Amino acid sequence: MSTVPPGPLLDVAELAKRFTVGAKQGLLARATSFRKPVAPLPQLHAVDEVSFTIGRGETVGLVGESGCGKSTLVRLINRLLDPTSGSIRLGGTELADFKARDFAANPHRARIQMVFQDAGDSLNPRYTAADAIADPVRRLKKTSGAELTARVEALADMTGLPRELLSRFPHQLSGGQKARVGIARAIAVEPELLILDEPTAALDVSVQVVILQLLQQLKRELGMSYLFVSHDLNVVRLLCDRVLVMYLGKVVEQGPAAEVFADPRHPYTRALISAIPQAVPEQRAGRLRLDGEPRSPIDPDPRVCRFYGRCPKGTPRCAEEMPLLHPAGAARQVACHFA
Amino acid sequence: MSTVPALAVEDLSVEFRTRSGIVKVLEHVGFSVDKGETVALVGESGSGKSVTAFAVMGILDAAGKVTSGRAMFGGADLLALGERDLAEQRGRELSMIFQNPRTALNPIRRVGLQIADVLVRHGGATRNDAPQAAIEMLKKVRIPDPERRAEAYPFELSGGMCQRIMIAIALACRPALLIADEPTTGLDVTTQAVIMDLIGELAGEAGMATIFITHDLALAAEYCDRIVVMHAGHIVEAAPGRDLFTHPRHPYSAKLLAATPGETVSLENMASIPGGLPDLRRSDLPACRYSDRCERRLGQCAQPLPQRTVGERRVVACWNPL
Repeated sequence: MSTVPPGPLLDVAELAKRFTVGAKQGLLARATSFRKPVAPLPQLHAVDEVSFTIGRGETVGLVGESGCGKSTLVRLINRLLDPTSGSIRLGGTELADFKARDFAANPHRARIQMVFQDAGDSLNPRYTAADAIADPVRRLKKTSGAELTARVEALADMTGLPRELLSRFPHQLSGGQKARVGIARAIAVEPELLILDEPTAALDVSVQVVILQLLQQLKRELGMSYLFVSHDLNVVRLLCDRVLVMYLGKVVEQGPAAEVFADPRHPYTRALISAIPQAVPEQRAGRLRLDGEPRSPIDPDPRVCRFYGRCPKGTPRCAEEMPLLHPAGAARQVACHFA
Repeated sequence: MSTVPALAVEDLSVEFRTRSGIVKVLEHVGFSVDKGETVALVGESGSGKSVTAFAVMGILDAAGKVTSGRAMFGGADLLALGERDLAEQRGRELSMIFQNPRTALNPIRRVGLQIADVLVRHGGATRNDAPQAAIEMLKKVRIPDPERRAEAYPFELSGGMCQRIMIAIALACRPALLIADEPTTGLDVTTQAVIMDLIGELAGEAGMATIFITHDLALAAEYCDRIVVMHAGHIVEAAPGRDLFTHPRHPYSAKLLAATPGETVSLENMASIPGGLPDLRRSDLPACRYSDRCERRLGQCAQPLPQRTVGERRVVACWNPL
């Protein structure tokens, strides 16, 4: 294809999202609005200066514990939230300039689609499977009538959903079938980037395999790129070319999945990988358990490493100088003074 | 073996009455847990893991009925005990950690008081000294700053913290048997590892018997002495964790393992389990409920299932085991 511009598909640079916390809202805010606030309100740094790229046809895994900012980052990229600063370039187009509230009607909407965590909760209970799949096609591709029906049936075939199930409502479908509807709906408008948020977390292992294999096959056929969010590291290892490890709003390590899993550099990544259950304990390289709770993401001290306090290494330097993401090997980056 | 197990479940069958017929949820389930031993119950959703636990605890839904069997615990049959005797045992001798700590905790009571309640009801503590004992329990489950956290409501704590509170409640009276129903589902792997270590340590200290319900085979194998595999209300195989992993004997166990993501497998080599669980309302359920999905089915599979003992502490219910 000669029309494809060079460079990565997605280029996220210094993206940040801060939420103001403790602000008075509604009636209270109006009643006191004539008074200027004395001190600036506290800011929660959900995503803090994150930069990364996703190549065409690449699958990138995003891992980290709950509350580390994975979901906020995803909502920024698929433009459900407005970033505080930074840029999101998709194939050369700057998406950060569009307002999230108008983005649903934007032609670029079709280029990024999402498969949500729980297919049961994210499908409209009053829509049949066919309605759910047809909705984005109707809205974004302005298709209707026989053409739309044909498209829905083609999508059902692609995702292995029997056509006779298309007239069913979500409560009449099994978990695996609902997952297929969720995937069919997301690929219906031929996105370039598909964001998958724990697509198999609610499924039994036997169904999970089929869905993962389906995703792999669709990627090959349609040439999409995936951003795969999960905290099941065994699944990330199966599917992803590269991984990003997030901790409290920051990317602390990134690199090819195989290398990161075999030789994690950041102490947090090490703890994460050593926590994966091992059926045969001898295979475990060494146990590393994290004590304590993460630091507060509200107005964090910009000089202190976010992992300080839970880190088994933690030296005085870590409390005085925030480690920056620096190269460690050919395609890897780590944010630690000691890696 | 001559030692009496902490819990011995024998021939347990449970039915549920529903509008669309009687569902035979458990059939002839039997297993035992020794003192200080951790036994995992694994299987797909709907295989009867939680129902087994609920039946033992005497907290089955009103529609559920135990139709046969015994659960011998400390010389008495738990299934035959009256509600009042059972209420004495629960909390003191028998404890349970529920799947979702946020919904299992009382949302409008401070967590310290919820621990104190158990200590007053079952632990012989008085209202005056229970709060201090509750703080001791919080220290034991390694909650930082326990004095302050005791004053918190569940919504103020993270999922991992709430799960530790649940564990503190369950272990407050040093029970002889703990049932943990997917205690780490929905938690991060790092938190999961800490929680599992904690349960293991506390079990080891007090010689507590533990039943651990999970659908994560790797987790079961890492933390449990033995694994009991369930399918559609039957126990299909029971074996020491490592043996099950390296050499499963029941075709269903083998399929389950082949579908579990691990360090050394690739997506192409993984296989799903064909078919689904049979409809348990059918009156003509086959003797082996897995036979419709099984690739190793023989003519004799229609006959009543044998419980074969193979090797040491290993049972498999199959006519044609691997």
